Amino acid sequence: MSERRTTAVLDRTGLDALVQVLRARGRTVIGPTVRDGAVVLADLATAEELPFGWGTEVEAGRYRLVPRADGAAFAHTTGPQSWKAFLHPEREKVWDADRTADGRLSVAEAPRARPSYAFLGVRPCDLRAVAIQDRVLAGGRYQDRGYRERRAGAFLIAAECTEPGATCFCVSMGSGPGADAGFDLALTELVDETGHRFHVRAGSDAGDELLAEVPHRPAEPETQAAARDAVDAARERMGRAMPPVDLRTLLGDSLEADRWDDVAARCLTCGNCTMVCPTCFCTTTEEITDLTGDHAERWQRWDSCFDLDFSYLHGGPVRASARSRYRQWLTHKLSTWYEQFGSSGCVGCGRCITWCPVGIDITEEASALHDELAARLRRHDQEGENGRKESEP
Amino acid sequence: MSTPSPAVPTLAVFKLASCDGCQLTLLDCEDEFLALAGRVRIAHFPEASSSVDPGPYDLGLVEGSVTTPDDARRIREIRAQCRVLVTIGACATAGGIQALRNFADVEEFRRTVYARPDYIETLATSTPVSAHVDVDFELRGCPIDRGQLLEVLTAFLAGRKPDVPNHSVCFECKRRGTVCVTVAHGTPCLGPVTHAGCGAICPAYGRGCYGCFGPSGSVNLPALIPLLHRDGLDDPATERFLRTFNAAAFDTCDNESGKEVRP
Repeated sequence: MSERRTTAVLDRTGLDALVQVLRARGRTVIGPTVRDGAVVLADLATAEELPFGWGTEVEAGRYRLVPRADGAAFAHTTGPQSWKAFLHPEREKVWDADRTADGRLSVAEAPRARPSYAFLGVRPCDLRAVAIQDRVLAGGRYQDRGYRERRAGAFLIAAECTEPGATCFCVSMGSGPGADAGFDLALTELVDETGHRFHVRAGSDAGDELLAEVPHRPAEPETQAAARDAVDAARERMGRAMPPVDLRTLLGDSLEADRWDDVAARCLTCGNCTMVCPTCFCTTTEEITDLTGDHAERWQRWDSCFDLDFSYLHGGPVRASARSRYRQWLTHKLSTWYEQFGSSGCVGCGRCITWCPVGIDITEEASALHDELAARLRRHDQEGENGRKESEP
Repeated sequence: MSTPSPAVPTLAVFKLASCDGCQLTLLDCEDEFLALAGRVRIAHFPEASSSVDPGPYDLGLVEGSVTTPDDARRIREIRAQCRVLVTIGACATAGGIQALRNFADVEEFRRTVYARPDYIETLATSTPVSAHVDVDFELRGCPIDRGQLLEVLTAFLAGRKPDVPNHSVCFECKRRGTVCVTVAHGTPCLGPVTHAGCGAICPAYGRGCYGCFGPSGSVNLPALIPLLHRDGLDDPATERFLRTFNAAAFDTCDNESGKEVRP
């Protein structure tokens, strides 16, 4: 597509008009809002429900809402949920089976819930996460029909990141803080002496077409530059970073590392990291029968590699120790994901760090594994050197 | 009402030392109770009916813990009468609140509380049913969850394993979209070490999980206790938090973290 995409500027009224147009078209608009001391994702009736004037202070294992004087709506970091809660819901019926009058079984695929979603305020890291789940759940030979259908109809409005949190490391993973693809509209929020406004870029025909329906003004060069500068500044303010090495090979070379024992002693194996991760997709299936025994259902529900039953084969779980479960999670996320799906499974959103009750930090674990591997290689080199010296006449 | 055919399995409900809340859960299955009554013959359920049929029974549900010499004798009889024995609730599976005596002097309680201590015949400890007889399945909770009870009953009728996951309450909070009360509010919570099943009710109302379902299948207390201390519980409060509903069940679970099981 070579035609120029629309760029524009919306004020708060324009943002609300955007929500109203989407709702009038029958879309369920999901976006951030404040509930129970956090910014959560929920069905929005109006843009006024966005977290205007709320920021977040996060650290490993800690999350607090803090008021902001500037009234910004998108100055918070990622909360406890991700968009997978909507595209890949925690529980979904797969089929119904009934015993018919003649004693046979009739099995019918369950209709999937298919709301027409518009997601408002998708962070660039989360855009990447959606793209990764697209590959996992709708890109291969075995597709998740419910995901595919919900995703195909979803309208994505990104909110570029201008206030990274202390657990953010999207720059390390190459997924932010700017949005470059995968959105219908991308907003950049600006609050300065010129006022509170949103620079908007369309990323698709649907985005162009929607923007035309919403009161806006053309994007003047000053606002465009300010939006670019705000995102560039965010790039320099990441709270965390991955070690600057090839994580794929690092994890592959660290399967027997001592560090796994260290992290296992701290890990609660509670599964929170996998539940908050925007790319973790694992599910299990449960079969339910009713009391009559004539009706059965199969449901798919979120599961986690930290669940003992997840690796249960005859006789017991394959990954019984916390060491083996944490290693499975991290190794899949950062390394074997490439072999399976052609990319890393981590987008640097920082949720697993923030929402781990004991604050286990994926970047710190990767650094520790890197240090351990480097030390081992140095020792190995040293021994090789000594060996050569000894063998000299 | 038609006479049930002899092939209909019999259900018996028994009670040891307990508050009756778990067997009430069965009566609370209002929408499903008629369907259940059509699939099993309720042969022994004194809380529901004074009509009691003699055993043996196909499925026995036992509520309550063993706290008297008579309980200890009776549970053996019950076991002998039930083809499948399922214990329900924290009392039957871990000793319950009355197991707080296990950490104190029951003789002193008897002297202090009762005008005629000699009328009281009691054991020094309150123990789970599994400490006395073999149990086929333990359903946790104080009280048990209605949906899980129905699942156990339907699984029994279908001859399959009940779908009762033993992962943490955190799974349930995250699935229902509850904001973590520890991470976001600094509230002490036993969710990360507690067996799922309640649907994470307490955190959904902004309070910490108090562990009434007992330990999950994968507990690392040494990792959790520093958080409880950070969030305001001193050592005695932490101990009380962990022991109130399930006695020593949390203390005694294996911490396998840090150890790789190698073949």
